[in-house]
Amino acid sequence: MGRKLLLDKAHVENIRLYEVYRREGGYRSVEKALKSMSPDQVTDEVKKSGLRGRGGAGFPSGMKWSFLAKPEGVPRYLVVNADESEPGTFKDRYLMEFIPHLLIEGMITSSYALGSNNSYIYIRGEYAWIVDILEKAIAEARNNGWLGKNILGSGFDCDIHVQRGAGAYICGEETALLESLEGKRGNPRIKPPFPAVKGLWGCPTVVNNVETIAAVVPIINEGGEEYAKIGIGKSTGTKLISACGNINKPGVYEIDMTISVEEFIYSDEYCGGIPNGRKLKACIPGGSSVPILPANLLLKTAKGETRMMTYESLADGGFATGSMMGSGGFIVMDDRQCVVRHTYTLARFYRHESCGQCSPCREGTGWMEKILWNIETGKGKMSDIDLLWDIQRKIEGNTICPLGDAAAWPVAAAIRHFRDEFEWHVNNPEEAQKRNYGLAHYADPLVVTA
Amino acid sequence: MAEQTNTPANLKVTIDNITVEVAPGTTILQAARQIGGDVTPPAMCYYSKLEGSGGKCRTCLVEVAAGSAADPRPMPKLVASCRTPIAEGMIVKNITSDRVQEARAGVVEFLLVNHPLDCPVCDQAGECHLQDLGYEHGKEGTRYEFKRRTFEPEDIGPYIQLHMNRCILCYRCTYVADQLTDDRVHGVLDRGDHANISTHISKAIENNFCGNMIDVCPVGALTDKTFRFKNRVWFTKPVEAHRDCDQCCGKVTLWQRGEDVLRVTARKDEWGEVQSHEGKPGWICNTCRFEKKKASDWVIEGPTKINRHSVISQGHYLGLKKPTETLPAVMDGRDPKLMMDIHSVSEVNRVDISELPGPATSDNFKK
Amino acid sequence: MPVQFSDTALAEVKRLVARYPEGKQKSALLPVLHLAQDEFGGWLSTEILDYVASLLKITPIEVYEVATFYSMYNLKPVGKHVFEVCQTGPCMLNGSDEIIDYIKEKLGIRPGETTTDGLFTLKTVECLGACGYAPMMQMGKNYLEHLTREQVDQIIAESRK
Ligand SMILES: Cc1cc2nc3c(=O)[nH]c(=O)nc-3n(C[C@H](O)[C@H](O)[C@H](O)COP(=O)(O)O)c2cc1C
Ligand code: SF4
Ligand code: SF4
Ligand code: FES
Ligand code: FES
Repeated sequence: MGRKLLLDKAHVENIRLYEVYRREGGYRSVEKALKSMSPDQVTDEVKKSGLRGRGGAGFPSGMKWSFLAKPEGVPRYLVVNADESEPGTFKDRYLMEFIPHLLIEGMITSSYALGSNNSYIYIRGEYAWIVDILEKAIAEARNNGWLGKNILGSGFDCDIHVQRGAGAYICGEETALLESLEGKRGNPRIKPPFPAVKGLWGCPTVVNNVETIAAVVPIINEGGEEYAKIGIGKSTGTKLISACGNINKPGVYEIDMTISVEEFIYSDEYCGGIPNGRKLKACIPGGSSVPILPANLLLKTAKGETRMMTYESLADGGFATGSMMGSGGFIVMDDRQCVVRHTYTLARFYRHESCGQCSPCREGTGWMEKILWNIETGKGKMSDIDLLWDIQRKIEGNTICPLGDAAAWPVAAAIRHFRDEFEWHVNNPEEAQKRNYGLAHYADPLVVTA
Repeated sequence: MAEQTNTPANLKVTIDNITVEVAPGTTILQAARQIGGDVTPPAMCYYSKLEGSGGKCRTCLVEVAAGSAADPRPMPKLVASCRTPIAEGMIVKNITSDRVQEARAGVVEFLLVNHPLDCPVCDQAGECHLQDLGYEHGKEGTRYEFKRRTFEPEDIGPYIQLHMNRCILCYRCTYVADQLTDDRVHGVLDRGDHANISTHISKAIENNFCGNMIDVCPVGALTDKTFRFKNRVWFTKPVEAHRDCDQCCGKVTLWQRGEDVLRVTARKDEWGEVQSHEGKPGWICNTCRFEKKKASDWVIEGPTKINRHSVISQGHYLGLKKPTETLPAVMDGRDPKLMMDIHSVSEVNRVDISELPGPATSDNFKK
Repeated sequence: MPVQFSDTALAEVKRLVARYPEGKQKSALLPVLHLAQDEFGGWLSTEILDYVASLLKITPIEVYEVATFYSMYNLKPVGKHVFEVCQTGPCMLNGSDEIIDYIKEKLGIRPGETTTDGLFTLKTVECLGACGYAPMMQMGKNYLEHLTREQVDQIIAESRK
């Protein structure tokens, strides 16, 4: 059983309530930080922990914090990214729903380190009931002296506000999020300047994912070095994985980054294997934006090594034979599923969520969706597959924000690894309407080795 | 980053093997304009006189082969030259980069996939930056096989004609409304591939400087309603003129046919932007633009030098199909000097140009 | 009748605006639009948008730009109960297409339409962050997860009461 640092108390009865959370050791990190540490010392602990951003990009959090500009007389802001809209990802929701005080505690400690007196949680608009949960937790924290003026007599003031979005995946991109928080359209900003210099209302700002900020609590409680001992290499600490698709036990799991992908899928402690005796066909291990991998490349790297649930191992082989940890949205497909159809739904998603500012993404996403629909419904041509490839290549890297890449990669990876399935759709349009392609030559590695 | 405190007065940058010195804060695009000629990337959304513009269309992407003298690593992605500041010792590749050429051709194709290609009936034909761009950087023909996107027409008042189907969402007109007028009533509505320029409520755009939206629009999405279809640009003669105006600089280009003033615009520089006079952008007011339509309203200075953007790149349509008939035949015996007076020429307006498989030709407009 | 918030709603607007620095009241736009949509029958007419603009002292176009950008704001009337069924990949893997077909058949409407009695609107939406509990839909503030045909029957029957 791996270590749990975030969710170990999530199922204590009434842990949502302040009294229970406090009794279970809550808010110790705030006490420790405000009473015995300077803001820079808190940042140093986060640096030592090796914590990497849990929102998708995996950028070292301590380093990000140290980039924050600190001009005299200008307020600084911490904004927590709770927009969580990447298909396959539902971990932040779980954390906020079950143990909201953990996020609030992490925010107070982090705000202290960053010098933010007003910090915001930007939460996707659809999570309306979670707004209520968070506001209740914030009120409890305020009533118990953890928020407000001169917290614990330290001279540090802090308040937390919850801002609800209104339905736009793009507002998860940090600069679009800031625009939205300013009451505007969620158009990502053109960088530079970066938020660390000019963020919310033109002031220096750090944007971090919910899970990142929650992880600051155990880091401060146990020390950055202790935290860094968990995991392998640069994948330190624990990670929340939201698992979905064709598995026996979909849900949110906290893993310490030492287990293999195979264990994660098949062990009863986690996903519990594939239902109905079906076989594993493919998996998108880090949210819809990251490359899909066929079963054989998922469980073992191209070099034949066991693939682990770590940032490095999931990325092993680059895009040719690897994928990414991304946001930890783990989507499993069994042998009944159609890769073309799934890719089509993702292309539709990205078309729907493009902000429309830059031409490659605005025009390219819709074009890819239309071609994929044609292939899926038996109207595709062989040349469409190459055209798709060419379109995604011309979007990737050429847009304002990474949504363009996020739209391109799933299409690229699907063609790279499942080209025969696309060709089968084109060659057998009628049959493709009646049945799915199946496992093809991507044999279930477990069966082959057995 | 944006702050530059102790940087030297001039920074050296090399673009396509040509080195220039520029002031700190200069973008790659501005530095390239300083050099001029082919090394200057095309810019469809950036407009030096509009704050915040640029970064959107992606036609100006360039490769940064060395970030600076201090850190000579290449930048991994192509960057928007209009929004990327120069660093000392930066090395940039534009026309010398195959990656850039390929990406740019991609951007041009993206800009054209949903474009109606209705150049034969577009007032901007001959002055359209998208036409120029397609001709210079695009590939022959289109690979797009779907119905092109269309928007419901919207009436935005007596001065400006909005053809949303042609818009490339450069946002320039919204910056004009924000920065030159005191009441912006139009903006970008909806999102993604449905994003569109609109007032939401068919409101008339009438602010005294709103006419400048027409001049900044790189395509035929915003055109002068008082000029609409009166003529083709290449049949008019541009002359420089001025008048004493208490609201604007009064320095304009008159588009004349004989003694008639068919249209008044601001004067454009070689980049297609409004010229600056005495260091200030030469925006013009609506009175000068829409109400002074007699040659006697103006002091004529002389003919305008034709530059690459006011031409008249006629015949340079992407994937041009040669029309089968000659002009007089199309005109049904009428005097062809008002070649595209659409209102009197048959069914043209009712052709759904977005349905056409390629660029429209005169064949498409037969009864 | 001119559009007017209730006193409670006005107090809420005040609370929202107070969360931002002086002069940054535009930041309250998204929450205030939510409030308006709840207050005025589930959708935002141009009059309401103009009212919100005047409350926050911003121009109407700034409100139009925002209201049309975000998918949760309804700019046309909707039914009393709005079914927003997720159709993205992970839900599709667990049968969202069948659930959508079933609702279409039961209510006799297509996505984007409202039943003639004004009771139900069906919308297909993209990932709502409930992928592990698929198929699912949102109804008002709530998520209804692990949907089956029987549950759909039940939800419809209860909404009709
Ligand atoms: C299109 C797009 C959507 C994103 N959505 C989210 C999101 O929902 N939640 C999140 O935490 N980060 C999201 N990100 C990443 C953020 O931009 C940002 O990197 C992150 O919030 C930083 O926090 P971290 O360093 O703690 O990971 C998204 C990025 C892009 C480009
Ligand atoms: S890549 Fe897409 S989402 Fe990002 S700025 Fe461009 S159009 Fe908007
Ligand atoms: S109407 Fe013209 S100026 Fe305005 S955004 Fe469209 S192309 Fe640009
Ligand atoms: S001109 Fe630079 S992106 Fe448009
Ligand atoms: S895909 Fe349906 S909730 Fe995520």
